[in-house]
Amino acid sequence: MSASFKVNVSFGMLSLLVAVLGILVGLGAYTFVYARGFSYFSDDPKACLNCHVMRDAFDGWRHSSHRSVATCNDCHTPHTFPGKWLVKGINGWNHSVAFTTGDFPDPIRIREFNARIAQQNCVECHEVLVSQIHRSGPHQELSCVFCHGNVGHGR
Amino acid sequence: MRQMFSSRQLFIYVAIFVVAVALTAVAAALLVNISQRRLEAEQYPLKVVEIPKGELDPAVWGKNFPHQYDRFIKTKEDYGQTPYGGSTPYNKLERYPVLKRLWAGNPFSVDYNEERGHYYAQIDQRETKRVQVVKQPGACLNCHAAEAPQLIAELGWETLNKTPYDELKARAHLGTSCADCHDPETMELVITRPAFRNAMEQRGIDLSKASRQEMRTYVCAQCHVEYYFLGENKILTFPWSHGLTINDIEQHYDDYGFKDWTHQETGAPMIKIQHPEFELWSTGIHARSGVACADCHMPFMRVGGVKISDHWVRSPLVNLSQACQTCHRWPEEELRTRVAIIQDTTARLLRRSEEALVAAIDAIVAARAAGATDEELSEALNLHRAAQMRWDFILSENSTGFHSPQEAARVLAESIDLARQAELKAQQVIAGSERDLLTTR
Repeated sequence: MSASFKVNVSFGMLSLLVAVLGILVGLGAYTFVYARGFSYFSDDPKACLNCHVMRDAFDGWRHSSHRSVATCNDCHTPHTFPGKWLVKGINGWNHSVAFTTGDFPDPIRIREFNARIAQQNCVECHEVLVSQIHRSGPHQELSCVFCHGNVGHGR
Repeated sequence: MRQMFSSRQLFIYVAIFVVAVALTAVAAALLVNISQRRLEAEQYPLKVVEIPKGELDPAVWGKNFPHQYDRFIKTKEDYGQTPYGGSTPYNKLERYPVLKRLWAGNPFSVDYNEERGHYYAQIDQRETKRVQVVKQPGACLNCHAAEAPQLIAELGWETLNKTPYDELKARAHLGTSCADCHDPETMELVITRPAFRNAMEQRGIDLSKASRQEMRTYVCAQCHVEYYFLGENKILTFPWSHGLTINDIEQHYDDYGFKDWTHQETGAPMIKIQHPEFELWSTGIHARSGVACADCHMPFMRVGGVKISDHWVRSPLVNLSQACQTCHRWPEEELRTRVAIIQDTTARLLRRSEEALVAAIDAIVAARAAGATDEELSEALNLHRAAQMRWDFILSENSTGFHSPQEAARVLAESIDLARQAELKAQQVIAGSERDLLTTR
């Protein structure tokens, strides 16, 4: 089980190591708090607004028909617990990389992966309304936002 | 109190309890989900009656689909005229007298009215003078009778096409019906007419791979297309071997050496174009954007708590809010004006084209009067054919250019140019024969 072995470390070395580790953790923690890291665990649209490229989407949403019934996450993340956090993780990572490197198209275009999530969420909330016009088999689905492009936050 | 379990036992009991809770929750969730799905299946479609196999009467289908049927039966109503179309069967030959001359010798010069709604697809066909002045083949029934698929199954494809219309018309009672586009079991969209299937096969398009959005166009394209009757058996055929533009269609007819009729005045081998809506639409911006026929002519509408496809198929101009404003967020008046700009422009070009065609006909007639032979006039006659089929492609297409504004203008520009070339050629023939007269003296 536990093998004991001796490492010759002087007290000075150990102190230095602990200090460096402390600086790392401290700086990391400060950056996390400074970047409002905890906000990303909420459903608050202001969290998405941390990146100012989302300003147009946020402004559009505040004037949209969905402003009082759905937040960003309601449309853009799956409605299941694991699904929601998985997608939050994937998009969080992708968005962080994109915004940090500046490597993203302008105007921002939704990708297939996220478009499908949004489409699925339209149907989940409006299931009864679209029960007679919606089919979700292969080649069967019609995109809601193809026509209703302004319901969330404008195109 | 004495201790009942060791701590190890306690742990095991707690673990079993937790697992049991989780399993019960999963089972309950599954049960609720299954019952929900069952309920959904019961709710839609609400099967009041079992639709018998081969049932064509929309009223019977309507028992299960009351909302759709209520809208479909509105195609009986006359909602009036739009600037260039609508559902009032006004006489187009009276409104545009030049048509009689341009179609001289063709049944369309005898009777040509604005179409009424889908409900009348069989009635209006039965009553038009075009089936009286000329013995038409049963091929007409492909689109003008809901019974067509059953007749094809019974008589065979060739027999339906070649049997005279008059012999078969007693078998046709219904115009457009639910079964033309829908599978009665699943209500999925289906292609029921062989001519479209054959034409798409020839173009190398696999209909079994069509998306639902494509099908929302294809079911209409079974009938709203240019067609001709191929060979002695009068097989209904769409001229798409080279593509869907009028230039492609002309190529197809030239390959085959086809003419619909001989022009009474000029003797040119003419092509009569009929309602090529699918072809013209396919070159337009709406087609490029993935908008289907049904999106504008059968837009989704709310009935109580659900949405349905509006089966009152009609001009979007009388339904601007549903048909256009979902995507184009402009006031109705603005949208109406935009359509008017396109259609008025197209109409002006059509009239210009008609003037040029009349000039060509006059010149050819004058050349014949001066003694010109068919051989001398062959170029002028071919130009008359080419010019007029282009004009007819836009005139007979039921959107007055709206389905593809730039293509409509391009085609009419070619028509005007070719008509003037025909006129010039005929004049040169006259000048030439006059020169010949001078030199032989």
